Amino acid sequence: MTLPEIPALLDSLEARLELCLDRLAVDRDRLAVVGIHTGGVWVAEQLHMRLGLPTPLGTLDIGFWRDDFDHQGLPEGIRASDLPFAVEGRDILLVDDVIMSGRTIRAALNELFDYGRPRRVLLASLLSLPGRELPIQPDACGAELSLAPGQRVKLQGPDPLTLSLVERR
Amino acid sequence: MIDPASRPGTPAQVQLGDDGRLRHFIDIEGLPKALLTEILDTADSFRGVQEAQVKKVPLLRGKTVANLFFENSTRTRATFELAAKRLSADVLNLDIKTSSTAKGETLLDTLQNLEAMQADAFVVRHSDSGAAHFIASQVTPRVAIINAGDGRHAHPTQAMLDMLTIRRHKGDFSRLRVAIVGDILHSRVARSQILALNTLGAAEVRVVAPRTLLPVDVEALGCRVFTRLSEGLAGADVVIALRLQKERMDGALLPSESEFYRHYGLTRDSLAWAHPEAIVMHPGPINRGVEIESAVADGPRSVILDQVTNGIAVRMAVLSMAVSGQTREREQRRQETQ
Amino acid sequence: MKLTLKGARVIDPASGIDRVTDLHLAAGRIVGLDAHPDFHAEKVLELSGKWLLPGLVDIGAQLREPGPRYKGSLESESAAALAGGYTRVAVRPDTSPVLDSASQVRTLHDRAQEVNGVRVVPLGALTQGLEGRLLANMAGLQGAGCVALTNLRRPLADARVLRRCLEYAATHDIPVHFQAQEAALAAGGCAHEGALASRLGLPGIPESAETTALAQWLLLIEQTGVRAHVAHLSTARGLEMVAEAKARGLPVTCDVTMAQLHWTDATLAGFDANFHLEPPLRREADRQALCQGVADGRIDAIVSGHLPHEQAAKLAPFAASEPGMSSLETVWALGQALVDEGVLDPLTLAARLSLGPARVLGQGGGGLAAGEAADLAVFDPEAEWTPSGDTLRSAGLNTPLLGRPLKGRALLTLVEGDIRHSGFL
Repeated sequence: MTLPEIPALLDSLEARLELCLDRLAVDRDRLAVVGIHTGGVWVAEQLHMRLGLPTPLGTLDIGFWRDDFDHQGLPEGIRASDLPFAVEGRDILLVDDVIMSGRTIRAALNELFDYGRPRRVLLASLLSLPGRELPIQPDACGAELSLAPGQRVKLQGPDPLTLSLVERR
Repeated sequence: MIDPASRPGTPAQVQLGDDGRLRHFIDIEGLPKALLTEILDTADSFRGVQEAQVKKVPLLRGKTVANLFFENSTRTRATFELAAKRLSADVLNLDIKTSSTAKGETLLDTLQNLEAMQADAFVVRHSDSGAAHFIASQVTPRVAIINAGDGRHAHPTQAMLDMLTIRRHKGDFSRLRVAIVGDILHSRVARSQILALNTLGAAEVRVVAPRTLLPVDVEALGCRVFTRLSEGLAGADVVIALRLQKERMDGALLPSESEFYRHYGLTRDSLAWAHPEAIVMHPGPINRGVEIESAVADGPRSVILDQVTNGIAVRMAVLSMAVSGQTREREQRRQETQ
Repeated sequence: MKLTLKGARVIDPASGIDRVTDLHLAAGRIVGLDAHPDFHAEKVLELSGKWLLPGLVDIGAQLREPGPRYKGSLESESAAALAGGYTRVAVRPDTSPVLDSASQVRTLHDRAQEVNGVRVVPLGALTQGLEGRLLANMAGLQGAGCVALTNLRRPLADARVLRRCLEYAATHDIPVHFQAQEAALAAGGCAHEGALASRLGLPGIPESAETTALAQWLLLIEQTGVRAHVAHLSTARGLEMVAEAKARGLPVTCDVTMAQLHWTDATLAGFDANFHLEPPLRREADRQALCQGVADGRIDAIVSGHLPHEQAAKLAPFAASEPGMSSLETVWALGQALVDEGVLDPLTLAARLSLGPARVLGQGGGGLAAGEAADLAVFDPEAEWTPSGDTLRSAGLNTPLLGRPLKGRALLTLVEGDIRHSGFL
């Protein structure tokens, strides 16, 4: 199967996000974008630039908030999260590259709330794949894809951003 | 020479799993540079958590960390407790007074009782060198043992928090000259620091003390020996003062505190021998006017309070990494038996 | 019973014989070697491929009599000695209670008779309670059968007490054994003071703890003329001092434990409490010098240093564990290993394990001359075995060799012609 091109995906994501922000009447001067390590940060950088937001970009590494410690142990290469703004009372746009089970977003929400109580959290994802295990849906995504069993999609970057298919096992 | 049968592994061997990951943290010796760096990196990430409103991560939720302190230390115990709690673990504090007559039995009895409590990690402090290693070789393998100081042998979490402090202030280790001043002989901190600095590639590690406070053949640990403070501090980028216990006067190791201070005390004057941007560290608690002048301890070069903050992050890193190592091992065994 | 031990390699350090031949014994005595046309054995033991030696003799083993049962008993430790090829063992006085009175010594004698195992020769306490202050009743101890007196490595109150002890012992011509250690220099120590102890943070016992004590003792031995034996040398420098004293004609002998010939402080890297010994294992250079001393005869005897402990005694961090090794049953295999490595020839090994210590004790034994008591040991140099709770007779399993396959083991041990150990066939 052929994967969509990144620029087209970003265009589509941006357009859907604009619609969403307008519909919800979000104050863009108060909106903070937070990318989830690693791929989510690259996508967030693009969106942050395209939307021209004044609030600096935030990053989250959810390694310490994962729910699979009892099976996998500590993930490698956890970085410090960096939220260079007050979370309390703010509108936050969480950005990830791929949403599938929804567990990453669950962990990200938990971590985010340890920094303060946001007024509203929106979720944007470059790709959305089936396989949700939690009641979490993106407010905007670049495209919805279906993969054959055993296939996964991986975002590489940051320059250039490319998508590739990974066969597992 | 007949090789004995199955020597218990050295601390280095005991603390690493088959996959080279940390399962206990007993000694700096034998740990590769990559692993020490991983501890520092993980600790750096935990320092980020400390800036959040809720300074807590859910990593060890539902796990129990038992602090086994056979030797009193309110400060060290408190930082381990805080570290474990910030990882969301349940914490059990046990101060175990040992009678000198039945030390061994008490230790073994205590361990057997604790095994029944199903703790996931033991943080152990004991007055005998090798105690943490002994416990690691005696308890069920699924409990991570963290050495919080054993006799004169090792205090690896203190050494790593010092390394984190040095790295955050000085960056690269390869150009650093580090001078450790004071009672090296009785110091488990100094031993672990020397080993850690060597592994991390410090340009030069120096120890500075009178002969009575230097271990025999200390050079073999990987350091240069100085008996004059002026020479030992010359051009040093990092100066670490060690605590001087009052008992040392009784053991005929030193004539008096004041004479020690005169020759080995870190003062504004003596610090002038060091590099102008040298940082000053101390593992605490400080004896002001014995090993360090108040004006230096509280002065602009002092990073002593930073050490305390880093101590929590380093202990979070080590606790989560060792419990993680145990978890992976257990998971691997489970998969193998299936 | 008339017995012929046939076809073994007979190694007799007293006569220098080392060849395959027969040995005949009758009524508990050695009749002679080689063909004896008039000797009609009631029993012939075929021993080709085995080594026949005078029974091994040990100095300063701890056989735990009297003492707490959980550490061993005369039954278990005597059986261990016989299983190790020993026929005579001089026992340490730091029993519980201490062997410092004639009645204690007589009780021990009675127990030894009752057990009917290895010959037990007591070393009495040099000072009352081994406390280093008051002289023990030396002549009384000698009368009760003590062959020598010792304070082991327990300190004497001061040089004056030491001098008095030696003078009084010399008066009665009682030999004095000692382990050279200056208590103050060794205080709190549990390992050789060197780079490894420094790294492990184990409080050290410096070489000078041995040598300064040795210097003081040797000077006072010279002054008092007492016969003395230096037990458990651990340093090259200490050996030099003893050798120099011997060369000057001082009545001094010395021994070393088998552990010191095999291991060094490098074994401590894993904090294995089984290597917590007194004196501590020293440097490789010391080990080599001691091996040399054993080979060239400056060291008279290799001893076991047997000190059995219950399991709990070693289940503690290194410094908190009790020092000592259970070793009577493994000395021979370690000795054979020294032969294999070319450190000693079989005749020299036999000399250091039998004739040498026998001469130190002065109670006979150590040779295979006609008319001597038939105290014999037959070893199977090819026997492969592994020390374990099942194979060891000693109550003490405190040996680093547990579970480690060894080669060479005693097949028969005869005391006065009586086969008291026969095993592993």
